[in-house]
Amino acid sequence: MTYHAMWIIVTASLVGLSCGLIGVFLILRKMAMMADAISHTVLLGIVIAFIITRELSGTHMLIGAIFAGLLTAFLVQWLHSLDVQQDAAIGIVFTTMFAIGVILIATSVGNAHLDVQHALMGEITFIPWNKMSLPLIGEVPKATALLALVLFVVLFVLVAFYKEWKITSFDPALAASLGIPVLLMHYVFLCLVSITTVASFDAVGAIMVVAMLITPAASAYLWTDRLSIMLVLSGLFGVISAVAGYYIAAWVDTSISGSMAFATGLVFFISFLFSPKHGWIARYLRLHKTVKKTG
Amino acid sequence: MAEAVLQVENLSASYRKNTVLFDVNFVVQAGSLVGIVGPNGAGKSTLLKTILNLHPSLTGSVKFFGLPFNKVQKRIGYVPQRGSVDWDFPTNALDVVTMGLYGQIGWLKRPSRLHKQKAFEALEKLGMADYADRQISQLSGGQQQRVFLARALVQNADLYFMDEPLAGVDAATERAIMTLLKELKALGKTVMVVHHDLQTVEDYFDHVLLLNRTVIQYGKTKQIFTRENISRTYGGDLRWLREESLHVHNPIK
Repeated sequence: MTYHAMWIIVTASLVGLSCGLIGVFLILRKMAMMADAISHTVLLGIVIAFIITRELSGTHMLIGAIFAGLLTAFLVQWLHSLDVQQDAAIGIVFTTMFAIGVILIATSVGNAHLDVQHALMGEITFIPWNKMSLPLIGEVPKATALLALVLFVVLFVLVAFYKEWKITSFDPALAASLGIPVLLMHYVFLCLVSITTVASFDAVGAIMVVAMLITPAASAYLWTDRLSIMLVLSGLFGVISAVAGYYIAAWVDTSISGSMAFATGLVFFISFLFSPKHGWIARYLRLHKTVKKTG
Repeated sequence: MAEAVLQVENLSASYRKNTVLFDVNFVVQAGSLVGIVGPNGAGKSTLLKTILNLHPSLTGSVKFFGLPFNKVQKRIGYVPQRGSVDWDFPTNALDVVTMGLYGQIGWLKRPSRLHKQKAFEALEKLGMADYADRQISQLSGGQQQRVFLARALVQNADLYFMDEPLAGVDAATERAIMTLLKELKALGKTVMVVHHDLQTVEDYFDHVLLLNRTVIQYGKTKQIFTRENISRTYGGDLRWLREESLHVHNPIK
């Protein structure tokens, strides 16, 4: 493996791992649509951060993304309180914010390392060339360092407040009656989704990041009945998809981010067929057995 | 006279633009087992949620043990409707019961073996010891409700609010839950239960709160659970009459 390919795989695995972990709670909180929305609106956050600071550094992007993610949530909530249906509200808010981002890129950003094509599809191939040097570790691609930082934050927040995430996802009413700040945790979670999305943005882009967020978690959901195992499996599936996607892309010489998203689909399809608990074949066999027994 | 554990004054609340509760006033004494009864859309669930600050109130005040909600949160237990959660959530019965202890465990700490032991004992008490490791989607409706009750039990609260704990459960579960509620009452705890089955109100509850957007009547079941008050609560078209329903049921026995 070349040095270049190694960095691509490391970066992709970090994307798979962070997205896989966040994805579990996206699914359990029934917020898949919200992830779709945020993956698009962070573009506006990045563009605004760029316009204000005139540079595309990691921290600026993260702050811009958090701002955009929270703004999305507030606007959706606000429209919903005005009797617009939840899914319609999400659709209105994210397309409008994304459109503003696209217009701003075209009019105000000009020649920067930021264009619509890049934002939608990402460009993981270029990542290893844009490096920074870190103490102890040495030369590291900037995007990879940012992803590692975000993964650390995500892991820390998920592990430290594990039981709170569990209870607010399962039974928010009980959580609130126990004095757990359900709304605050909701917004903290949205911040996590935003920073994960923006850190993965460079690697896989706004469309593919949704695949990385939702599909590994949906696959893991089919394999286990334990939340902790679901988290481990989802992260693992994310990494497997990312690495497999890279090799598929290298093999047929095509888009890396597209192949990675395709690989998540493959993982899901395999899970859907072969999972021992909720898989299609297992279910068919069980049905067959009971029919035989009773018949 | 017993201590007033719950004081509700001039409470009102709305859903979207419709007022669902207005001018709600009542005082509950310690050790009462109260049935909250009223037609669909009377605001029974909303009343519980508004009392517990889970739904915003428009006016009014609620005091628990003479204090505001956030001062006495740990003494209050809530059992939401069974249908309000996703039973496909990846967890087992013991874990759900342990959730009742999360408030006591506190931030950044994990449930210890002692907490798990407490949760298991609560499951045992509801006859669910054999199902502790069972994935919650594999439980029947009645078993799921028992898990919820066990979760309330581990909270060891002094005042409980339960939203339709007897809806859609089997006869054995109904008996188990009523035994538990009567035990809680015997321990001096107060329980408020949203209830839908008029036939059993007299057997189950010593107090009844007749609700239809506002309190129609509240008091001792013997005194206020009368035909007249019930038909006032349910509107004029109520066909349910106790004498007749008894006639219908007697031949089956």
